[in-house]
Amino acid sequence: MNRAFEKTGVPASMKALTIGLNSEIFALPAESVREILDMVPVTEVPNARAFVGGVLNVRGKVVPLADLRVMFGMERTPPDTNTRIVVIEVDLEGEPALVGILADKVHDVTEIEGASVEDAPAVGMRWRAEFIRGIGKRGTDFIIIPDMARIFGPKEDRELSSTPDERKL
Amino acid sequence: MKASDPADTFRQEARELLDTLEETLLDLGQRPDDKALVDGSFRALHTLKGSGAMFGFDEMAEFVHEFETAFDRVRKDNAPISPALVAIALAAKDHIHKLIVEPALHADGTVRLLGELRETANNAECGETGNADAVAVAVSERPRGGCRVRFWLPSDAIAFGTNPLLLLDELRELGASSVLALTDRLPPLEAMNPQASYLGWEVAFENEVSADKIEDVFLFIRDGMDLLIEPTDQGDAFSTTEPAEDQDSETPLPAKPDAQEPARRATDTAPQADKANSSVRVAAERLDELMDRVGELVIVQSRLSQIAGASADLNLKAVVEELGRLSSGLRDTTMGIRMVPIGTVFSRFRRLVHDLSNALGKEVDFVTTGGETELDKTMIERLADPLVHIIRNSIDHGLESPEKRASNGKPARGQVRLAAIHTGAEVAITITDDGAGLDAARIRAKAEEAGLLSPDQKISAHDLCQLIFHPGFSTAAEVTSVSGRGVGMDVVKRAVEGLRGTIDLTTTPGQGTVVTLRLPLTLAIIESMLVRVGGGRYAIPLSAVEECVELPSAAELGGSGKNFLNIRDRIVPFLRLRELFKVDAPPELHQKVVIVSAGESRVGFVVDQIIGNSQTVIKSMSKLHFDVETFSGATILGDGTVALILDIGSLVAFGQGFERQWRGEGLGKGEGFGRGEGLGRVA
Repeated sequence: MNRAFEKTGVPASMKALTIGLNSEIFALPAESVREILDMVPVTEVPNARAFVGGVLNVRGKVVPLADLRVMFGMERTPPDTNTRIVVIEVDLEGEPALVGILADKVHDVTEIEGASVEDAPAVGMRWRAEFIRGIGKRGTDFIIIPDMARIFGPKEDRELSSTPDERKL
Repeated sequence: MKASDPADTFRQEARELLDTLEETLLDLGQRPDDKALVDGSFRALHTLKGSGAMFGFDEMAEFVHEFETAFDRVRKDNAPISPALVAIALAAKDHIHKLIVEPALHADGTVRLLGELRETANNAECGETGNADAVAVAVSERPRGGCRVRFWLPSDAIAFGTNPLLLLDELRELGASSVLALTDRLPPLEAMNPQASYLGWEVAFENEVSADKIEDVFLFIRDGMDLLIEPTDQGDAFSTTEPAEDQDSETPLPAKPDAQEPARRATDTAPQADKANSSVRVAAERLDELMDRVGELVIVQSRLSQIAGASADLNLKAVVEELGRLSSGLRDTTMGIRMVPIGTVFSRFRRLVHDLSNALGKEVDFVTTGGETELDKTMIERLADPLVHIIRNSIDHGLESPEKRASNGKPARGQVRLAAIHTGAEVAITITDDGAGLDAARIRAKAEEAGLLSPDQKISAHDLCQLIFHPGFSTAAEVTSVSGRGVGMDVVKRAVEGLRGTIDLTTTPGQGTVVTLRLPLTLAIIESMLVRVGGGRYAIPLSAVEECVELPSAAELGGSGKNFLNIRDRIVPFLRLRELFKVDAPPELHQKVVIVSAGESRVGFVVDQIIGNSQTVIKSMSKLHFDVETFSGATILGDGTVALILDIGSLVAFGQGFERQWRGEGLGKGEGFGRGEGLGRVA
């Protein structure tokens, strides 16, 4: 049943912050979340990959802003009053680093039961399976659990997967 | 921040002690007769042994004990310190370091080194007869009678856990003696601090006891205490630590006024000890953290002053002004904390020179000046390797062999000088050797071979020397063996430029070579020029900016083709940052060109607006932006937004690629070089 979790070695359940990207719900591991900011001015980094096209100031630190919608090939709607930046700590080449994640909307913190999580189906999905650790259910909603380690993982992985995206955009 | 591991604390302490030991040993190599140096190395060894055993580094403690014993024989017999002994002692010091890092792995070395150490020490002892005489004389000069020791502990000694009774017991073990308490420094009862130590003790030995042994008893509390050793027959005191003390003892004062006490303390303690006591060891990342916090504070403060500027409240304005003063002061102080004297890294080179001169059979005097010059800590750390490289080159390839030097009428001992000095907002570091200098003909030949110069090309002698920093030169193995240097100098140059510094080399054939590094004081802050391109603001390091001119309107219209400006009859190519950065917004009517120097060439950047100069706190870019080479970092502006700092070198390279592309297209359309020049003339 919960093969996805077994495979990736995830505990039976996870506490997650759920955010909205387009019309989908994504889950970020709650323990990695540092803070949630209102939209602030973002400085564009010319010639950077669209996935990390900007930087912002988080309490005196210059933090890259990552747009998961690019990774999942979603439409990028302009920021509105619901847009937030979720600052999370991720592992970048062995060192912990802060990264801002653009969220169209921040929902809540929720517990995702391991039993409700399934592998991302290989077909019939609009997004790339390799960046998805699993799909959980809450009521009638699906919650996509992105594989942050893969998304922010080693360079080769990233480049391979992000190039087609950029071409599309 | 995790709680500190006591073993880590010891390792850190041990590293410092080992550094001191190495320094002292190297000094000993130069001044073998300096008794104070022998004692100094002893003290370092003794402390190492004591704290090592305390933290469970038993192998190390045992080795140090043996080392100490072997060394002690030399000390006792006043044998001179031979270069061989210094070399062995240095090897032993390295061994101690290994034992601390990986105790289990280095047991073999222990036995071998100790053997060598004992042997060398023995040789020194019986090898020279003249020496034995000296010992005999020294002994006979010592008074035969007993001696008297008087001591007062530092007033906080008991609070720090020193037990005077144990000290007295230790003294008693040195020989038959009687102990008398000295109460003359007792304050009146109402002024007495129950935790302070006021009593002094007088220990009279019936027989002669060496002053060293007595001082050893007080090894760990020696700083700050008053110790007085004199023979009982009231002759000349044969060992006192401070001359001032003698006078005190000869005219004993009844109960000194308390007020004099602190002043006495200050003079009693050696200046070195004073320094050590007043400094605090702080982890480097804490300083970085502090720097970040201060940076934040400065940003918030400038936001506040913007608000205050728009307000009519005079009280608010006054407070904001005060806050501004305080926060900029705080920033300066924080910057200051990160500054470290460059001497900390100089000492590392002494060892290098010592080892190199042994290995190469060249005698080298290594002279350093300006060790007190302060530089940013990270800068110093990153400077160490390039300097090692340069010094190694100076000794290996610069200095001639002693025979060759002699035949050229030079002293057999070569000299390498390392000097640091502040010049304006820069620090200049020079490495000077009095060797043979670079062989210009050889460099020229090599440069032509590598295709860096055409055979008929004229080049000044100075420019020719700079060619050794060219990457094409680095693989030239035979150049190094025949004449000059050249191995990896391009790496050195790159490292120095990475620190936003410059490197320059001048040479006089037959007289030597001078390598000069010029470095900014700090990596954390630069003066920069803030410009606007489209909606984005960017910082250009001011040190690279040469001048700013208005973009001629003709050039403004012709947005394609190769672009040149004529700046005082020199052709300067320019890049449109709007194109580089793919800005869509319409350009400003009057665009400006910022002329920067990149290496030897000058390049203009076309920007929409020049905003002004500012002090910029540099933040590094995230690893997620590893592929964007046009920016060397980022900074936070007064309004809290981020501005990117242009990396001049790679931006020019980027622009050149971009330009080549353009040129390809431009040529196709019949717009080539000629048109660009035409535009330049309009300027």
